[in-house]
Amino acid sequence: MNEQELLLLGIADDELVLGWRDSEWTGIAPVLEEDVALSSIAQNEIGHARAIYQLLAEDADALAFDRAPEEYRSSQLVELRFVPDWARTIARRVLYEAADELRLRRLMASADPAVAGLAAKIDREEAYHRMHAELWRGRLRDEPRYLVAVDELFPYLLAMAEADDHEALIAQFEPKTVPSNTVLQAHRRGAHADGWPDLWNEMTEVRRSVPGASW
Amino acid sequence: MAFEHAGSVAAPDEGFARAYAHEQYGRRGESAALWVVRRDAVMEVEDFVDELGRNYHRVDGYSLKAKLAEARERAGTAPSRDR
Repeated sequence: MNEQELLLLGIADDELVLGWRDSEWTGIAPVLEEDVALSSIAQNEIGHARAIYQLLAEDADALAFDRAPEEYRSSQLVELRFVPDWARTIARRVLYEAADELRLRRLMASADPAVAGLAAKIDREEAYHRMHAELWRGRLRDEPRYLVAVDELFPYLLAMAEADDHEALIAQFEPKTVPSNTVLQAHRRGAHADGWPDLWNEMTEVRRSVPGASW
Repeated sequence: MAFEHAGSVAAPDEGFARAYAHEQYGRRGESAALWVVRRDAVMEVEDFVDELGRNYHRVDGYSLKAKLAEARERAGTAPSRDR
């Protein structure tokens, strides 16, 4: 894969894994409406992953589920397991959507019409995810658990984002301390989070149970 | 497509009501647009008395189908049963 394809693969893996993590709230979100909304958002993210995988490969399922855990390009931010911590879940949604918006904007300006077109389609759905994140951000503005979570996750956000976006994200979230290069290096894409092997195992379990089956 | 009642949402404010309505009643492409109003803005009208049974107010009080069949019978233009 060339650099552009690796970048797209990283985005698709982020969307797949975040969709998976957020869908862990299905049935146990704090209120029913939120249960439906967050589950719907999680499904959208998985749909975005699917569309990007289809740009990269004939068989999106094979690309999504037939790789070894170390081959995934997802960021640690999306790999972290937060259930039943709602403050961290929302902090991640808010942070993730901010970085996702910046990279989508860049993809929408891509010279490749297939990439630019797909990015524009995805962005039209992400607008609702951003609205949802923004509502929660407003609601939890003074909630200590949320504020602590944003600070705690900010280094993961910067490690997920491309260097071009760091300045904008720092300006937007005004972290108490800007993470050092050592920290960013430790959280870098590809150096998976602790919970990743278990998540990979769960995500691919059914597909691996009957290799080569046509579902 | 006419507006019809889709359902209700419980939400802490108008922003969440909009977002939740969008996901509850729009995520499967079943809606082209939604009207979301506060519960206290809904005026309920439920008293429909008809003490004297004036069924001529209602469309089912006048069966057009039967009258049409009679008229066709008289005019001899009733549709053939073979067709």
